[in-house]
Amino acid sequence: MSALLEVRHLVKEFRQSRLFGASVVTRAVDDISFEIQQGETFGLVGESGCGKTTTGRCILRLIEPTSGQVRFKGRDLAPLSANEMRLARRDLQIVFQDPYSSLNPRMRVGAIVEEPLVIFREGTKVERARRVAELFELVGLDPTQATKYPHEFSGGQRQRIGLARALALNPSLVIADEPVSALDVSVQAQVVNLLLDLQTRLGLTYLFIAHDLRLVRQICTRVAVMYRGRIVELGDAEAVFTAPTHPYTVALLSAVPKINPGDRVARVVFDAESCVPVPLREVRPGHFAAI
Amino acid sequence: MQHLRTVFPLHTGGDTAAVADVSFTLDRGRTLGLVGESGSGKSVTALSLIRLVQPPGRIAAGQIQFDGQDLMTLDEPAMRAIRGRRIGFVFQEPMVALNPVFTIGQQIAETLTVHGLARGAAARKKVVEWLAAVRMPNPAQRADAYPHQLSGGLRQRAMIALALCAEPSLVIADEPTTALDVTVQAEILDLLRELRREFGLALLLITHDLGVVAEMADHVAVMYGGRIVEYGPVQTVFAGAAHPYTQGLLACLPTLHTTARLQAIPGTVPSLGQFPAGCGFATRCPHRFALCDTTPPPDIRCGEAHVAACYLHQEPAS
Repeated sequence: MSALLEVRHLVKEFRQSRLFGASVVTRAVDDISFEIQQGETFGLVGESGCGKTTTGRCILRLIEPTSGQVRFKGRDLAPLSANEMRLARRDLQIVFQDPYSSLNPRMRVGAIVEEPLVIFREGTKVERARRVAELFELVGLDPTQATKYPHEFSGGQRQRIGLARALALNPSLVIADEPVSALDVSVQAQVVNLLLDLQTRLGLTYLFIAHDLRLVRQICTRVAVMYRGRIVELGDAEAVFTAPTHPYTVALLSAVPKINPGDRVARVVFDAESCVPVPLREVRPGHFAAI
Repeated sequence: MQHLRTVFPLHTGGDTAAVADVSFTLDRGRTLGLVGESGSGKSVTALSLIRLVQPPGRIAAGQIQFDGQDLMTLDEPAMRAIRGRRIGFVFQEPMVALNPVFTIGQQIAETLTVHGLARGAAARKKVVEWLAAVRMPNPAQRADAYPHQLSGGLRQRAMIALALCAEPSLVIADEPTTALDVTVQAEILDLLRELRREFGLALLLITHDLGVVAEMADHVAVMYGGRIVEYGPVQTVFAGAAHPYTQGLLACLPTLHTTARLQAIPGTVPSLGQFPAGCGFATRCPHRFALCDTTPPPDIRCGEAHVAACYLHQEPAS
């Protein structure tokens, strides 16, 4: 079986120029590789600054990777021209974290959802209007609200609008970058359930980028744990969460606050200094750790 | 705090209550977790407690007794002597709460000087002691650091040193770890636990994270629509939630063990002024009946020190 998305040795360096002296190079993404199969939800999890968001953006070439390969449906995205890449993004969409800044406040929400169809010259005006109504229903919004502006909607509804826009062109892969972290918990669950329903109905594949381990556990089939630009552990969600192997994963899981006293474990502190970066090795079938 | 009501004027005239009717007690040395989603009134409750509600908002009714003193009758200078001295605060975003143009040492020293606790070289010595008390690495050097030179976790430690340096008996912590990574959050929670024990602090912990409350608090008050809908000992409430809102919140939380579909609460938190007339949760509640729409339910006892504002727990009239 060939993977839908294959990331090989991806590296992203940011160069920060200094007024005096040499510029400083930061490796935000440091040689990471993983693949995502059709229909799965792959979680990329880690703390702030670990490189998870940069990875998501490098895949879409919203920022240019320094080196490495990203193959989508067997095709290398790196050599594509700007225009070819634009066409490829029909099939590769992104949902952003902040439902407040990711929707143009001066556009009606119907026009926001329609915009990708206009850009790709899909259908006639009437057909597009029909498609917008269909998308509104798909994400659980009333199509008669299409003439409203983003500020008239709650955070959860706005995230539904962002999702409708991402789905307008029938993508096969959706990169969801912290799609629910700006929402209240009671609304979070609604959006998470919607993501799961849409996956079943449309056969979507998700790259789910998040810092909340509980949420990743809930919805991902496989996960990669990132630390300082590298993947330190990768495997089936079940295996990584029940038998964490890298000391950083163990520390991360022990730090999650637990409601049920029976779930609490002694806190483990990760000693970053003692951790020398080593390549991933297979510790159990399909379960890799950088130890 | 008894029957606190804090209102904000509406453009259309009249007032809307961000805090409708809130009562609770917090004993010396104990921790109360105030949980709720955005707009539940938890932060306004805390600001009301120290009488820092920004005008045009105002406290319309209620009593606040702190250490035998009626805070509602104090004038502003007397309040100022309490804020920061006997009641300390830790805010969510230390980058905003700390002054960017002074070193953290200067800010802690200022607090000590203002409250007449120490000045000059003695204050400097105390600053380093407090930074050491919050487990700041290299406290003597870090005292000369500006807030932007510290990581999020260290900034929050500085903020806690600032809140504690006047040795208050109550600390209000409003989402103290929300802006932090989970491993840093765990460190700060550990620190708060240790300091609470060391100094016998009472802690009012405001958060939206039920996990944090479960690990930190003795009692929990769940807020919704400007009211406390459920109150009780943490273990009792989380093991047997009595209010449908608390039950819903617990059911919709992902955990490290579950992979099933989440039980979402339908609808969204109404915006201020849009809450229904009776029970604030009625429009989203699966058990709603006629009475819920007309009259806000009173606190009904449903266990040892456990109350819920829900008619489901009312004894049938005999």
